Order: sequence, then structure tokens, then C-alpha cells
Amino acid sequence: MNIIDRRPNPKGKSLANRQRFIERAKDEVKRSLVDALKRRKLGEGEGGEKITIPMRGIQEPSFQHARRGGSRDYVLPGNKHYVVGDKIERPKSGQGDGRGKAGNKDSGEQDSFEFVLSKEEFLDLFFDDLELPALVKTKLKETEAMQLTRAGYAIDGTPANLNLRRTMRNSLARRISLNRPSPRQIEALLRQLEFARAADDFESAAQSQHDLQSAQLRAKRFAFIDPLDVRYNRFERMPKPVTQAVMFCLMDVSGSMTEAMKDLAKRFFLLLHVFLTQRYKHLDIVFIRHTSNAEEVDEETFFHSRETGGTIVSTALEEMLRIVRDRYPPGAWNIYAAQASDGDNFSEDGERCAQLLANDLLPMSQYFAYIEVGADATLRHGFPSPPTDLWRTYAEIAPAHANFAMRRAAEPSQIFPVFHELFAKRRERAA
Amino acid sequence: MSIANLEPAALIATGSKLFDDSEWDFDKLRRAYDAIAEIAHGELGLDTYPNQIEVITSEQMLDAYASIGLPLMYRHWSFGKRFAREDALYRRGLMGLAYEIVINSNPCISYIMEENSMPMQTLVVAHAAFGHNHFFKNNYLFRQWTDAGGILDYLAFARDFIAHAEERYGVEAVEKVMDAAHALMDHGVHRYAKPPKLNLAEETQRQEDRRVHFETHYDDVWHTTMFTGEKPDRDIDAAKHAEIRKHLRLPEENILYFIEKRAPRLEPWQRELVRIVRHISQYFYPQKQTKLMNEGCATFVHYTIVNRLHEKGLISDGALLEILHSHTGVVFQPDYDDPRYNGINPYALGFAMMRDIKRICVEPTDEDREWFPEFAGNNDPYGTLRHAWANYRDESFILQYLSPRLMREFRLFRIMDEENTEALEVEAIHDARGFREIRAALSRHYDLARHEPDIQVKDVDLAGDRCLILTHAVHDGIMLDEGQCGAVLKHIAELWRYGVRLEETDALTDKVIKTYEEPARR
Repeated sequence: MNIIDRRPNPKGKSLANRQRFIERAKDEVKRSLVDALKRRKLGEGEGGEKITIPMRGIQEPSFQHARRGGSRDYVLPGNKHYVVGDKIERPKSGQGDGRGKAGNKDSGEQDSFEFVLSKEEFLDLFFDDLELPALVKTKLKETEAMQLTRAGYAIDGTPANLNLRRTMRNSLARRISLNRPSPRQIEALLRQLEFARAADDFESAAQSQHDLQSAQLRAKRFAFIDPLDVRYNRFERMPKPVTQAVMFCLMDVSGSMTEAMKDLAKRFFLLLHVFLTQRYKHLDIVFIRHTSNAEEVDEETFFHSRETGGTIVSTALEEMLRIVRDRYPPGAWNIYAAQASDGDNFSEDGERCAQLLANDLLPMSQYFAYIEVGADATLRHGFPSPPTDLWRTYAEIAPAHANFAMRRAAEPSQIFPVFHELFAKRRERAA
Repeated sequence: MSIANLEPAALIATGSKLFDDSEWDFDKLRRAYDAIAEIAHGELGLDTYPNQIEVITSEQMLDAYASIGLPLMYRHWSFGKRFAREDALYRRGLMGLAYEIVINSNPCISYIMEENSMPMQTLVVAHAAFGHNHFFKNNYLFRQWTDAGGILDYLAFARDFIAHAEERYGVEAVEKVMDAAHALMDHGVHRYAKPPKLNLAEETQRQEDRRVHFETHYDDVWHTTMFTGEKPDRDIDAAKHAEIRKHLRLPEENILYFIEKRAPRLEPWQRELVRIVRHISQYFYPQKQTKLMNEGCATFVHYTIVNRLHEKGLISDGALLEILHSHTGVVFQPDYDDPRYNGINPYALGFAMMRDIKRICVEPTDEDREWFPEFAGNNDPYGTLRHAWANYRDESFILQYLSPRLMREFRLFRIMDEENTEALEVEAIHDARGFREIRAALSRHYDLARHEPDIQVKDVDLAGDRCLILTHAVHDGIMLDEGQCGAVLKHIAELWRYGVRLEETDALTDKVIKTYEEPARR
């Protein structure tokens, strides 16, 4: 008999199969991911996602008997009171006797398939063909975020940076090439000398004496460690890529924004959030809501509380600018902003908005997306509806700025395509 | 069952124990193994393959589950699907993992989980390494149909071949064939003839021969239709047709075999893929037919052994209680109206039958003597059981050994469900009139030939469009599931490359009830 401990064997033998399975079910998985996202809160970017997908496409069919029809018989355990000839009412499917239940369970399994995607699988699939525009900051202020990076070896430096291994390697090479006698060799010569003296063999004693002296001389002449051998670790100051980002969610919460519109906006923010968490180690979210004035709020308030008042978009942009200046120096942070609105704006405010955006916000942001939500039926049918105030305003500055994009969405199903369009690789400029 | 069954002597434990606490280690495992082996071989007279016990983690157990319990398996998305599902169930705590997996190979490999406590490891070793092992080595189906010595080599061959094919022809092309072959897995077994044993060297040689053969020959069968010198003759006369059918050995119930040998447009490597799936299906065929007996045998063996260990004072009362607790869970049989009911539990009925046989051997009643004159009171329970384990499968075992007493104990009854009637009718219950009927009916439920649809390759339209014609013999008016059937036919067409037709014919009257058609590819 053999007992073998297989625990140290590599695990994840099924990984390759799992990947194949996900690859196969990709379309379905993606679709249900979008559904799953609706249930998520904005901050909950962590952990895997439970996915339920329909069985189409991942079915493994086989010849099977139909569940109904024909004459069948069953042998069951646990008879309580039946005698031969008793009639039993046909159980409704899913209720009654075990057979019905078992049948029901089976058919349930056939309709959908549930499993858990790991976080990586989830994000990979979800943002399969998307990329972040301007992922790394191009300009970095010199004072910001430098870090020391190892860069080979140097022949001078502080003792703290001494690279012992390198130094000793050089030393050893030099000692070997110059034939420096090792302590053991000297000891051996010493012993030889004593031997010869003890044996009164003067001739070899003199020889040994001579050898010993020259060896000692050599050892003294060639140092064990020479300044030539010494090496130090070398460091260079490298600009550190900014791995933190802040995401600004700007939303109009005035009376004209309905719950449905807010829901659309929320979905868009959610997508952006998940997308950014995938790319950045650290992500802050700032919620700014505005009516005729703007304020920073928490998530709950942002999405659920109602405000009344007019709409002045520039207040929100100003608030964002203020917060950026206060807390998020653009050199250290990647700044993303998404603005959702139904497009209403106080007509005199357009000019101010355009200026703020073009002169202040866009130059410091990585990306600024404007999404116009509306229940407008014409949007759905693809007929152009008359552009809103804000849309007209933004449309003027859009062509000049590559990091600004604007889109419209009218119903939940459009959110993902719109998002996808905004971040798709080989992104086309916004209209 | 309860601990009241323990004989009083068992409570007077003497001698030193195999283990004192519930933590296991390799030394304890070895000691327990030796003690178990002594009882298994000495007292029960079991005859086993050499054992190899492998300790794995729960994660590895999930991996093993996904590849249908085999230690080496080729890659396929469906295993990933299974893994994803079981992983999800396990994480949510909906499913416990099996304590062990045992593989019908020589040496017999048992996987045991590191999470198990020492008493559980004892149970598992007795159950798998002796119970199942003995069954694998001795049951006639396994002896006849599977080659325990060759299976691991063959699996390695299969995995390498498929990996190689994927490299050469692309994952997608391989997957297409594998999907189709998997769909026909249940119809890829020879039920009656004995297949040749697998041998790695022969397998490789045969593959080479096939390539050579393919390069030098055309298949005669297809000549008759394609190259008769003139236009294909649409009215091949009946005699000639019969001759061709004879040549094709029709009808053929092993669809995969027929496709492997006769599909006109498969590449050699595709045939080999079909063959691999067919072999694996054949390997599992005996297990499907002996689930009840196999589990019954293993459960009976572990139950007997741990009780003997306790009697000999080798395990403590606490350890025995822990084992029995788990044992009781395994052999639990809910009633038909219990929400937990999900068919007859093979562990429960199997174990009960084994114990019942032992009882009949040792202390038979008059009823037993009347029903089982051959062995009632022969006082050789283990010999009788070994004989049963070696020479029966579930169907025949129930027909032969299910006793009236057990039917009463399980309170079995039989109901009929006729289409077009308002209510189900109770046909038989556990009384003198019903015993034989219930026993025969239950036995039929374990007959795979009835359980799985009876589908055969009936003909190939040689004179016409080479359409493959299958028949499903409809018994008792039970038809095929439409959606599934359509999907499988698509897979068959993928392999056959010409049209496929399936006729559902009444088994008694030969009348065609329903026809499915799948057009030719391309």
C-alpha cells in the first residue's frame, strides 16, 4: 500500500477548462453581467460576481426520454396508507410526490446556469475591448511622486548601499587570478615547516621556510578586499506613475430629472467606476449634485434625494474645480469626470460653462464624459430631437478637445453601448 | 440503524487504540490501514487490487469532480462548466464534497480529503480502498468490460492525442467533434459484445495502421454508390441492399462506433477523437449498471469493518459514534412524500440488501427459507455476499435478492401513470400479492437498456443521399425529448456530414410515430 501526499500538487487543474467554458459562454456571460451590474452599489467594486446565464449555447444535449406521455410506472418507498387500486391525483408539477419535484428541479437546471466569476474574470470580460484614454499622465511636475529605482551597480556610494555579493565576487576573481594564497595554503606550509624541523631535515625546512615567507608576502601584498572590488547598489530617481485616480460624478438633480433618468445616470457612473477600479490601485469618488447651486454629497443623497430649483450647470463645474484645487492636485491624481444631465440649463449660463470646461477643467482632466439622459421618445427611434441647451454648448467645444466626449442615452439598454462606444479601442471623436 | 446494534462485548474495549484524537497523520493512517486490511482480507475474505491512497485538498477534490473523477483528463469546456457549477454550489455551502473518490484502476487509487478527521479517514479507507476496490476487481461486468491495468495509460494517451490535435487542427475544430461525440456518449457502448482490452502500444500502432490504410485504400462500401461505372443506380435491388447492410453490420446500437468506422467524410484524427470518447464511455458503463451494488458493497464493508475495529478495541466509542453518525446520513432514505425525496438512495437500498442477505444466511425466517432456499441459513454470509458481488448487476441483483421483509421495511409500492387517465393508480403494495410485482418492476428501473432510450442505426441510404437513418424503439409510448433530440441530431450531422433522420417507431407494431430530419451539412 502506498500513501501519497498530493496536496502540494499544483491546484487549479480545471482552470484551463474553466477558461474554455467562459470563452464559450462569453456572450451570455456579458449580457448577464450587465444585469448583475444594475444591482450593484457604486462603491462595491470588490469580489467576484455571481452570474446566472441561460443554458443556450452551453447545453450538452443527449438523447433523453420526454418527461411526459406514455405509460410509466414508479416504485416508491414509504407507503403510508395506499392499497392496491387506490387512485392518486396527478401531482401538479413541482408539488406533490417526489417525482414531480425531481422533474421540476431538472427543468429548472436546464433553463439557467449559475456560477461565480472571479473578480479578474469579471473585469476582463466586461471591459474586454475597452481601453482608458490617456492612461498615464503625460506631464508630471518634478516635485511630485518620485521614487528610487534600482539601476545597476556603481563603484562609489554610501556604505549602506554596499553590495556585498558583487564585492565578494570581484574579490574572489581577483584573488584567484593573482594567485593569492588562501589561509589554508599558508597553514599547510606552516605544518610542512614544523614537520621538516621535527624530522631535522634542514634542507626541506629551508625550502619550506622560503615558500612560507613568499606566500605570506603575497598574501600581504594582495589585499583580501581591494577598493577595486567594491561595488555599490545604484539607484535612480524615477518619476512614479500616478496610480491614483479620482472620479467626479456630476449630476443635475433638479425637478426635471426623473427617477428613470437618474437611474440611467447611475448606471453610467457605475460602469465608469468599475472600469476605473480595474485600472487604478486607488480610486476616490466625489459626488457633486447641482440645481441652481452645487454641493458635494454622499452616494445615498446623490442618487436618492430630490431637490427643487432651477438649473445652473456652471455651479457644479465650479464646485469640481474647487475640490480639485483643494484636494486633488492634478499632478498626483488622474482626474475623470462624468456628467449626467437632461440637458436643461439656464440659458445665460452656457457661456460660463463652456469657458470653465475649455479653460480649466479639460486641461487638467484625463477624460470628461457628458452623458445626456432623456426619456425622449424620438431619441429611441433615432430621429434627431432638437438639441438641448447644454448639448449645444458642449457641442461647440467638443471638437477642440480629444479628452471630451458626449453621448445620449434614453433607456437602460443603451447605457452599456454608449459606454462601450466612449471607451472602445480606436475611439472615434465625439460628435 | 443505531448503536443499539452493537454487541455488548464491543463496549468492553481493550488493548491500545489505533488513534486517540481526531487529527490524522500518515502514521495513524498506515496503522489504521493495516488493521482494516487484516479484517477485510482475513475475516471478510475480500480480494483487492493493491491500494494507493492519495491525500488531496478540497480544491483538488473539486478539480477531480469536474473531470468526472478521473485523474487525467483531456481538456474540454464542459468540464469547466461542471467545475464552475460545483465551485459555486460548494462555496455557497449548498453541497458538501464527497469524502473520497475511488478509481477503478490497478493499483486502485483512492483520493481522500485532508479535511477529514481520523475516524472519517478510517471510514473512507474501509469504504473505498476495500469495499469499492473488491467490487471493481471481482464483479463480472468490470472484469469483462474494463481493464483496470490499462486505463491510466489510455487516459494519458487520450489527453496527449487531443492536445496534439488541438495544436495541429485548432481548438475549435477539435471541440466540434468532441461536443458531438459527447452528445452520443450514452450511445457509444457495446452492450453485448466484449470489447478488446485497451493497450497503449496497440492503440498507438492501430492509429498508425489506420493512417496507412487510409492512404492506400478507399472504403468499399462507398464504392458501390459512387463509382459503379455509370450513373448512380437509384434502384439497387433488395438483395444487394441486404448484402451491404450485412457488410455494415446493421442494425448497430453503438452509434459512436458506427460513426467512427463508417462516417464517410471524417478525417482519421477525427475518428480517433470519436474513439476516445467511446472508450471512456465504455469504461464507465459498468459503473452505471452497478451503482446500487457497488455502493451497497462498499457501505456494508465499511460498516462491518469499523464495528469489528471497535469490537477489537482498536477504536474508541467516540470515533465509532462519529463514523456511525456520518454513515447514518449516507444511508438515509426519505419517504416519497418527503421534500428531500429524490429517488431511491442507492446507498440506503444497497446497504440494506447486503445486511439483509447476511441476516438471511445467519438467522433466516420461514419466509426467507421459502424465498431464498439456495442460501437461507447457510451460515456463510460473506461467501454468499462475495458471490452476489461478483456475478450480478443492479437489475439482476434486485430481481434475485430483494426480500419481502425489506420491501415491507421500505414500504415499497408501485404506481402506474397512464397517459390520458385522470389519476395515478396504485398497482401493488408490500403485501403477499405485490412482492413479486414490485421486485420485478424495481429491477426493471435499474435496467439501463430500458432507462436510456433504445436508439439504433437502422440504415444508410446508400442509393440516395447517404442519409443516416436511426430508429428509436418506443416502449410504453414514451417518446424522446424533442428539444434535446433535435440538438443531438445536429451533432450527429456534424460527424456524418450528410443528412440524418431519426424515426420513432413503436416497439410492438413497428409503426413510425414521429420523424426528425436533419439536413446535410454544407
